[in-house]
Amino acid sequence: MLKIENLHVEVAGTPILKGLNLYLPKGEVHAIMGPNGAGKSTLAYVLAGREGYVVTKGKVTFMGEDLLSRPIEERAQAGVFLAMQYPVAIPGVTNLYFLREALNAVRTARGEERLSGVEFMKLAKKKAALVELDPELLKRAVNDGFSGGEKKRNEIFQMAVLEPRLALLDETDSGLDIDALRVVSQGVNTLRSPERGMLVITHYQRLLDEIIPDVVHVLFDGTIVKTGGKDLALELESKGYADIRTAAGAPA
Amino acid sequence: MTQHGLDAIVDKAYDAGFVTNVAQDVLEAGLDESTVRFISAKKGEPEWLLEWRLAAFRRWQKMVEPTWAKVHYTPIDYQNIHYWAAPKRDEDKPQSLADVDPELLAMYEKLGVPLSEREILAGVAPSGREVAVDAVFDSVSIITTFREKLAEYGVIFMPISEAVHAHPELVMRYLGSVVPTTDNFFAALNSAVFSDGSFVYIPKGVRCPMELSTYFRINAENTGQFERTLIVADEGSYVSYLEGCTAPQRDENQLHAAVVELVAHTDAEIKYSTVQNWYPGDAKGKGGIYNFVTKRALCEGDRSKVSWTQVETGSAITWKYPSCILKGDDSVGEFYSVALTRGYQQADTGTKMIHLGKRTRSTIVSKGISAMHGQQTYRGSVRIAKKAEGARNHTQCDSLLIGSDCGAHTVPYTEVSCPSARLEHEATTSRIGEDQLFYCRQRGLSEEQAVGLIVNGFAREVLKELPMEFAVEAQKLLGVSLEGAVG
Repeated sequence: MLKIENLHVEVAGTPILKGLNLYLPKGEVHAIMGPNGAGKSTLAYVLAGREGYVVTKGKVTFMGEDLLSRPIEERAQAGVFLAMQYPVAIPGVTNLYFLREALNAVRTARGEERLSGVEFMKLAKKKAALVELDPELLKRAVNDGFSGGEKKRNEIFQMAVLEPRLALLDETDSGLDIDALRVVSQGVNTLRSPERGMLVITHYQRLLDEIIPDVVHVLFDGTIVKTGGKDLALELESKGYADIRTAAGAPA
Repeated sequence: MTQHGLDAIVDKAYDAGFVTNVAQDVLEAGLDESTVRFISAKKGEPEWLLEWRLAAFRRWQKMVEPTWAKVHYTPIDYQNIHYWAAPKRDEDKPQSLADVDPELLAMYEKLGVPLSEREILAGVAPSGREVAVDAVFDSVSIITTFREKLAEYGVIFMPISEAVHAHPELVMRYLGSVVPTTDNFFAALNSAVFSDGSFVYIPKGVRCPMELSTYFRINAENTGQFERTLIVADEGSYVSYLEGCTAPQRDENQLHAAVVELVAHTDAEIKYSTVQNWYPGDAKGKGGIYNFVTKRALCEGDRSKVSWTQVETGSAITWKYPSCILKGDDSVGEFYSVALTRGYQQADTGTKMIHLGKRTRSTIVSKGISAMHGQQTYRGSVRIAKKAEGARNHTQCDSLLIGSDCGAHTVPYTEVSCPSARLEHEATTSRIGEDQLFYCRQRGLSEEQAVGLIVNGFAREVLKELPMEFAVEAQKLLGVSLEGAVG
């Protein structure tokens, strides 16, 4: 589903990703772990197409097609979803309206019919229940005045509505207390599907207690330095990144 | 307009030599007393009104164009403007739709202005519900719909030029009572040369059964439009009124200087909405309407209420401060504004809330959106008089910037002479961020859709004050006007 080959990315002239390779087959959940500054968020942004993340070398194919040449919204319409670390607020635009417009933009791009207000409302209520999102939040402006937990839950709710083929979760656990973490994780788990690939980016192992990954990759200084099963995350948790640093030839 | 074109108008208007000569004098000299007399004669006005106009004109000649607004434009040559333009056969003014020139009807249809009562009643008109319309084209009213139905309720809705004859006592009593002829340079000019506009009277205790609206269209070249609107809501009555405006695209600037006066008696309420879409000039700042407008309401009676809502997307220059004089005790004034400046548009707009009565309340919500090279100033004044015990004001001014070449400015004035008054002022400036656009696009929306969504969200608090259909229209205007404003 997603194939990243020798990806090099610069931000403001500084190389961040330095030859990253990764293969994510559909139906699998892969975790990307790594210390601060390793390039985890850069990977998420460059896959989503954010401005300022300049690909200098390499290739990314998604569903057999080149991903990097397409504008942000086309990637989204093709099924790439990024649950953001810091979701922004859009004052005055209700969550419901925003998401209905987004879903209809995606549907239109795929040649499907727009959903009516009534049909969308039904769908939204169902999906909100899935992530235990307070229905009142649907009527509020997008992320405006939301708590940290509400924002993250809202991201997963949007993901549930948009039903992407590829879900990128960027530090979804940051700023969540243990209960919120459990709810968000359950939401993600219910969205696991043989047709969907997920890339879970996290600094900490605790998220991976709830969302059990099929594969764990360790990202360090712009490349994947180690790949393993779910036990790799536990190993990192107990030993920290020191061994990885040493193995990569960096001072610990 | 060419010499030939004006000749043709004067020709059809006055077969006799005298008027033609006067008209030609007007042409030669631009604006002088004969222009004023010419307009007054065209309307067959009574002597008192001609004198009223002339007095205004004489004062205007001694006045100086104001320069305090934060707008820059090439000086207006008042002698180079035509002060009268009307479609042919004005003399046999159409009384029914069948008599209106099909070309004009086609134009209104294209503009989406519903003029056919039958179609509206049958539910096939675009608006889908009953709205009475007064259609003002350059200097004259073309038709006013639903007059008979409104008359059943005692509601008067007609061109002001007709009201002068049909209801002289009302016009004489209220004309200039809120905006005196000498109020300001542009109001004085309007008082001297106004050609048409709407007159509304809602009798005691009547809730006007439908929305009233006036649609202003400037069509002729090098012609100014000087309309005059007067709305009187008698005790305990209610009316919702809307004005819309458009003009063709031309390279020359054209002047629009209107005066709107509202009077709300005891327990009466007037809701006045504007969707202003005059030609704004091209992307390089060439052409566009100069919109210098004086709008003021007098909340004369106790517990009266006036609410101004404006969506300003057009005009090269906007100079406009719809205001409320809160004279009655417990009277309420509201001002909700969304203004969009793009290209090289400049807007200096805001309101004045003058609290005279006890426990008077006012609310000001101003939302300014600037894009490209647009420049915008909110200028607002809140005055609380000594006797206005317990008066309250809440002001909120928000500015949204799109791109880096535009500007937003806030100039609030307050003058409080009563210690028990309470005033609040909030102001914010924000920029449409790359992060917001990225967020929207990541969810599948195009950049255009994303900007439209963010702008509409920003303006929502004001748009929700508009009657439903007009809110939809305004939303479209805000969306459409931003095409190509980003990136």
